[in-house]
Amino acid sequence: MKRLFYAVLPPVVAVLVALVATSAVIVVSGGSATSFISTILSVPDDRVLVNIINQSSMISISAFAAAIGFRMGLFNIGVEGQYIAGTTAAAFFGGSGIVSGPLNILATLVVAMLAGALYASIAGILKVTRGVSEVISAIMLNYIALTMAGYLVQRYGEKSGYTYITPRLPESSQPLGFSVVSGAPDVWALFVVAVAVGVGYWFLLSRTRFGFDLRTTGESPTAALASGIGVGRMVIISMALSGAVAGLVWMPAYFGSVHTFGTPENFQAGLGFTGLAVALLGRNRAIGIAVGSLLFAFLAGQSNELQRDGIAKQVVDITQGVVVLAVVVAYEVVRRRQARAEQEAVAARLDDRPTEGVVS
Amino acid sequence: MRRLATMTVAIATCGFVLTACGTAADDNGDEKAAAPKCETTKIEGDPQVAIAYDVGGRGDQSFNDSAYAGLEKAKGETPTLKTAEGEASQDEDEATREERLRGFADDGFNTIVGVGFAYSESVNKVAPDYPNVAFAVVDGFDPDKDQNCNVAYLTFAENEGSFLVGAAAALQSKTGKLGFVGGVNNALIQKFEAGFKAGAEAAKPGTEVTSTYIEQSDPKGFGDPAGGKSAAEGLYSDGADIVFHAAGGSGSGVFDAAVEADKEAIGVDSDQYKTASAKQREHIITSMLKRVDIATYDFIKSVEGGTPLASYNAFALKDDGVGFSTSGNFLSKDTITKVNAFRDQIIAGDVKVPEKP
Repeated sequence: MKRLFYAVLPPVVAVLVALVATSAVIVVSGGSATSFISTILSVPDDRVLVNIINQSSMISISAFAAAIGFRMGLFNIGVEGQYIAGTTAAAFFGGSGIVSGPLNILATLVVAMLAGALYASIAGILKVTRGVSEVISAIMLNYIALTMAGYLVQRYGEKSGYTYITPRLPESSQPLGFSVVSGAPDVWALFVVAVAVGVGYWFLLSRTRFGFDLRTTGESPTAALASGIGVGRMVIISMALSGAVAGLVWMPAYFGSVHTFGTPENFQAGLGFTGLAVALLGRNRAIGIAVGSLLFAFLAGQSNELQRDGIAKQVVDITQGVVVLAVVVAYEVVRRRQARAEQEAVAARLDDRPTEGVVS
Repeated sequence: MRRLATMTVAIATCGFVLTACGTAADDNGDEKAAAPKCETTKIEGDPQVAIAYDVGGRGDQSFNDSAYAGLEKAKGETPTLKTAEGEASQDEDEATREERLRGFADDGFNTIVGVGFAYSESVNKVAPDYPNVAFAVVDGFDPDKDQNCNVAYLTFAENEGSFLVGAAAALQSKTGKLGFVGGVNNALIQKFEAGFKAGAEAAKPGTEVTSTYIEQSDPKGFGDPAGGKSAAEGLYSDGADIVFHAAGGSGSGVFDAAVEADKEAIGVDSDQYKTASAKQREHIITSMLKRVDIATYDFIKSVEGGTPLASYNAFALKDDGVGFSTSGNFLSKDTITKVNAFRDQIIAGDVKVPEKP
């Protein structure tokens, strides 16, 4: 009970702090804080609600990809690049129609994961064999992925207006969505991928030997080495695993509504970075990430509404940023408080101990 | 599935319109007869104008501001005009763009302008659901074959305007070498390049034009002054003395490079001599004008007049849709005379300007 309280308190405080901080910015820049609060906390329209659910599926997959790295002690800032690599490969494969019908969905998911995993392995292998920091190599690989994707789509894609896109997904491979809110568009079918990734993440990390090894290596590489875990091997495997999940990020949108890939209209750049923030926000816990994704998607979904009230939509970025910052601080405060409480409890118990044996 | 549903709606709407108009074939029976004719979009009540900006929004001193100028002009003439504005952010998805448009339509705005071709897909999806709203997409195109009767695509003959500044640059150049910096290598920006090259060649045969693009497909190329600067620096050090940019916000980097190399540059979209910093403006010899303001204004006026523009509307030299500026008096009298002669030839159809480099 007390543990639950300590786990839930920081994010709630963080959200409140973020709302207050954003309101302050709005007041300073001459806006109305009350209209901001009432708009951002209003119940979204049905359409917006569906958009929020859809968006949260992609954000959470991205966050799980980042979290796998974090738990291993790796800062996989390359989720964005792996996401682009996975998307490009999947869109070309899915659009080609080599596999037809619903089976194409499964095959495309596998291709997306393979491409993401391979791309992430580059950073993993460089780290293990050459000692290159995964942060540096992954950042550079992000740029390479974007440029490569642009080149490939322009070279092998088809023209649409002023830009190029990959061949469209055959209609026989377009799954039906879930009708969650009546009268609004369907929730994307591959929302289930996000759920599966979340459950898989929880199971892998807390219920398997591999997950234990991974967490141990993350906590202390030397201890892991001493207990016989091949740290180098773990780095490459967990990087690849993180990349495989990152490759899946775009899949709900791809099968749900877009059915093609091409920048800028038929893609959503930046989800890889959003995932890093949400993983941080959710403390790398499956439930935390799920809630964090919904929160981020909710804030982004309300931004259009804000704009119609004459409030710049960028304030949502401020809110999101402050939430992450505040939650990190809040958790640290709670951790110290908890540690002190435990120390005091132990000390109190020591004081209560009968002392006759010690004297004389 | 959703796509199928929208398509059905679109087909149903156009089918209805077709039967309503009936005799499309008895107009002059050229290839236009094949396309179904549209009924004029019926707007309910007074026009209420909403503008959805592209990335950068109001204050970009270029594309979006130009659209805003058109809105201001219309508002100046009709002070009661109700208006709203919205802006795209760098990394937003298609659903967010659609939601922006739907939100405006639901709030009663019956005249909606999307600024930038990125709105083409979203308008195509949203427009069939709001048959009594007039939509326009600046630089837009229809992504599928289903005609949307309530959408106007406002396009520009950028190649013609670029031809004129290309001719001006060739006539002003001392080295006989010119440079072109594009923001993103897509068909739209290639139109600028093609016109610029053709104009330079026509005015002074043998003029060398080197082109470079900041990004191959990433839209960041329109908001990357550092990238614009290094691209222009390369061109200047290779001997070019005038560089024309079609790179949106990255253009300020091109101007910085011109300042540092003490060479000259050409602006784009709006008269950038007027908006650049004092240091930069001494190096901006002319700008290729793309009159987004005129297109926006014309569209709003057409709605007020009861017959909203629809389908493709090209704003060319002859419509004053594109042109060149002479602020700062950098161009010699002789150059201006010759460039104006080219303009007349293009308008008369004697000179054809290519769209692809």
